[in-house]
Order: sequence, then structure tokens, then C-alpha cells
Amino acid sequence: MIVQLNLSALRETRWYDYAIRFVLGGAVTVIAGLIAARFGPVVGGLFLAFPAIFPASATLIEKHVRERKEKAGLAGARRGKEAAALDAVGAMLGSIGLAAFAAVIWLLIGRSPSLALFLAIAAWLAVALLAWAVRRRL
Amino acid sequence: MIEYLLRFIAGGLAVSAFSILGDALRPKSFAGLFGAAPSIALATFLITLSQSGAEFAALEGRSMIVGAFALAAYSWTVCLLLKKNQISSWFATMLAMIAWIAVAFGLCAVFFGLS
Repeated sequence: MIVQLNLSALRETRWYDYAIRFVLGGAVTVIAGLIAARFGPVVGGLFLAFPAIFPASATLIEKHVRERKEKAGLAGARRGKEAAALDAVGAMLGSIGLAAFAAVIWLLIGRSPSLALFLAIAAWLAVALLAWAVRRRL
Repeated sequence: MIEYLLRFIAGGLAVSAFSILGDALRPKSFAGLFGAAPSIALATFLITLSQSGAEFAALEGRSMIVGAFALAAYSWTVCLLLKKNQISSWFATMLAMIAWIAVAFGLCAVFFGLS
């Protein structure tokens, strides 16, 4: 299957799901800042890769797939868990890209912050896409 | 106070943007890449730079490499728990936090001494 952008899938998400993710994302960002201020950058940096939003996303995926499959008369519970597990595989591959993002920040942010951020985003995207493509071929 | 309000808004927006992208993309394994997007980091690095300086931000970046490997271990654990057990996604993602904490702090202690 090729990669597709399915905007109609967004209609399955309720407004409060978006609100929960906004609040969770904001809260974790604040907490990561507080931890860095209290315990320093070594511990604080760990929490920049904390899986804060993942539980909410995985639960939402399981719920959407379960509801869709049950409407079609299929085994929804199992399919929902499988979809969430697939999402976790993607996050594992994305983590490799996240490590590349962090490495670029570590090495370049002292020289040129804007260039470091730009290159870090490019490195994240390139490495994550490469990891996903390699896994598909295996 | 303003700094933390900015962090909250920036973090909320970044996480929401990547989540929406993840919701709309197929297949699910591809959409999952955005579950490990640098949303919190993007929201905070510019604020950290202006408040604490480049050296602080660079050290955070170095630790974030370890955090990213912990996130990989976490995601792998979630996948295993969901495939091998009859538990909900919520419970699996919460239980796997133990893996994130163990790998993140374990590797951090080994490489950086948690100082």
C-alpha cells in the first residue's frame, strides 16, 4: 500500500479528542521545562522524547478501528489492537529519526540555531522515512 | 510565568499538528512515524535557547538521543504487549512506561552519570 492522506478520517475524531491532545502536549512541554530547570539539561533532555501523547493516540486508534470494523460486522476488538500495534511499530521507526534530530541539535545548535533546527527537522524526516522504507522491504 | 505559558501553547500546537497528520495518513505503520515526531523539542528549543543559552540546549539535545532510544524501546514494548496479550491499548501504553523510564535513566546513568 502506498502512503495516502485521508482527510475524511479526521471526521472520526471528536473535538474533545483534539482538546485532550492539545492540553496533554502543552502540559508535558511545561513539565519537561520544569524538570530541565530543576534537574538540569541532562535529565531535562530525556523528557524531550517522552511518550506523552502516545497513550492517547493509540487508544484513539484502537477505538476508531474497533468501531469501524464492528459496524461492518467484523471482529473489532482484535483489529483495533492490531492497528494500535502497527502505530507503535511506526513510532519505533520514527524514534530513530528522533535520535538523528537530537544529534543534529547537539552538534550544531551552538553554531547557528536556526540552521540547526532546519537541519534537525530534515534529518528527522529523512531518517524516519528511510527506516520505514527499509522495514517495508524486509 | 510567561515562559511556561508560551511553552504550553507551543507544545499543545506542535503535538496537535503532528497528531492530526498521524490521524490522516495511511498505512498505520507510516502514520506511527509521527507518534515519534520532535513535537515537544520543536516547541521548546527556541525558548530554551533564549532563556538558558546554546550550551544548555546542546546538552538537552545530547540527552534527547538517549530519550529517543528509550522511546524506541517503549514503542517496541507496546507492540509486543498488544500482540501477545489481551489487554487494552491504554493499559499497554501505560505499562510500557516502565521500559521508557528504565532505558532512559539506565543509558543516561551509563553515558552521562545523571549529573
